[in-house]
Amino acid sequence: MSVRASAAVAARVLRQLRRDPRTVVLLLGISPFLLTLLRGAFDNDLPAFQQVGGPLVGLFPFSTMFVVTSITMLRERTTGTLERLMTLPLAKLDVLFGYGIAFALVGTLQALIAAAVAFGPLGLDVVGSTALVVALAVGNALLGMSLGLFVSAFARTEFQAVQFMPAIVFPQLLLCGLFVERDEMAPVLHAVSYALPLTYAFDALHRVTVEGSLGGAGLADVAVIAATTLLLLAVGALTLRRRTP
Amino acid sequence: MSVEVEGLTVRRGGREVLRDFGCSIPAGRVTGLLGPSGCGKTTLMRAIVGVQVVAGGRVTVLGAPAGSPGLRSRVGYLTQAPSVYGDLTVRENMRFFGRILGEGEGRVDEVIETVALAPFADRVVSRLSGGQQARVSLATAMLGRPEALVLDEPTVGLDPVLRRDLWATFRGLAARDGVTLLVSSHVMEEAEHCDELLLMREGELVAALTPAELRRRTGRDHLDEAFLALIESGEGE
Repeated sequence: MSVRASAAVAARVLRQLRRDPRTVVLLLGISPFLLTLLRGAFDNDLPAFQQVGGPLVGLFPFSTMFVVTSITMLRERTTGTLERLMTLPLAKLDVLFGYGIAFALVGTLQALIAAAVAFGPLGLDVVGSTALVVALAVGNALLGMSLGLFVSAFARTEFQAVQFMPAIVFPQLLLCGLFVERDEMAPVLHAVSYALPLTYAFDALHRVTVEGSLGGAGLADVAVIAATTLLLLAVGALTLRRRTP
Repeated sequence: MSVEVEGLTVRRGGREVLRDFGCSIPAGRVTGLLGPSGCGKTTLMRAIVGVQVVAGGRVTVLGAPAGSPGLRSRVGYLTQAPSVYGDLTVRENMRFFGRILGEGEGRVDEVIETVALAPFADRVVSRLSGGQQARVSLATAMLGRPEALVLDEPTVGLDPVLRRDLWATFRGLAARDGVTLLVSSHVMEEAEHCDELLLMREGELVAALTPAELRRRTGRDHLDEAFLALIESGEGE
């Protein structure tokens, strides 16, 4: 493990991102755009906008970081740069932490912009602290990153990696409680929702935005998110191989 | 000896790419690894660098088992396809790998100069020609001043002037700095620039000799013909 190497990887990932202004605009612009759409769609039902808007600010970074990381990591695997990195004096964790630092920064920026638009011009109002919503959003960005990193090992092409978004993110969004209360779901799905990390991400956000504070259960949610992120990173490290067939 | 390979067997996709393969590569010399495409050159090089899963045998590099953590800063590897970041400039690529290898700006400029890319240092790699991209990758392999350099077809697709200059660079690294070089090629003429030759065919070592010995043994001046003559006579070591 070396701070210098992790910092080098983080700086490189960010520089690559900056080389691609269109992606940066999409990354930072999509959440405010979707929130604005949502505000317009709920024009005659503002309470409903208040109900879903808050949690969504915190959930967007999860899905974008998932896609960005799975594609970036897949590229690293398919262009041979990962193989080169694995022949250099560099720990696997340096690579993963480097990605973590870079995408935590991007996730923070993304959450700040989404929050500024939502809590500003869109008039979104949450019961709890908006700073806490942003903090949870950053945590969810890291969760999305670690999940993206892990699934990138199972994709051979970018087409496959992109399909992981509807395959892995959408079911979690549907079952996390955002659209339908989990208690009202078919019993099987209710049970399944306990195994999905986004359920805990939504629950924590719901507690802050609707109930006003995390409370003990919310803290437990945060612990689950953190543990899942670390677990996925550890499993992700196993998919970075020094030797390949 | 800088590299010793004994009884190396590698299976890929249910096929034995290398079968009980053995060879030695002397320190401080340029060894050419020659043979037709698909004969197992890349697999052998990957085994020497330590990125290949092997089924059996022993590969020792600079006194340590291939792939040992301690070797990572001592062995440079150039893959056949350029493995650098296409969306970064030449210099940004070099700086990134330099930071990992602990090399500063001075060394970065030096290797960019060595591979004749100074005029393109601030260009994005994906917009460079194939040959230029290959040289960025080569510069990365040389960046950390490795004691051994494993180069998979470094001169393919380059114009004759550049090819000559690169071979001069390789020879200089071996003669001046005592670097051990293993350079593969499927073009027999390249054998001319090597001190030692390893001739491969279908996963086996056909012969290990010098270019002069190859000519003497086969009575052919043209190295391409000499290689054919060697195979047709069925005469190995």
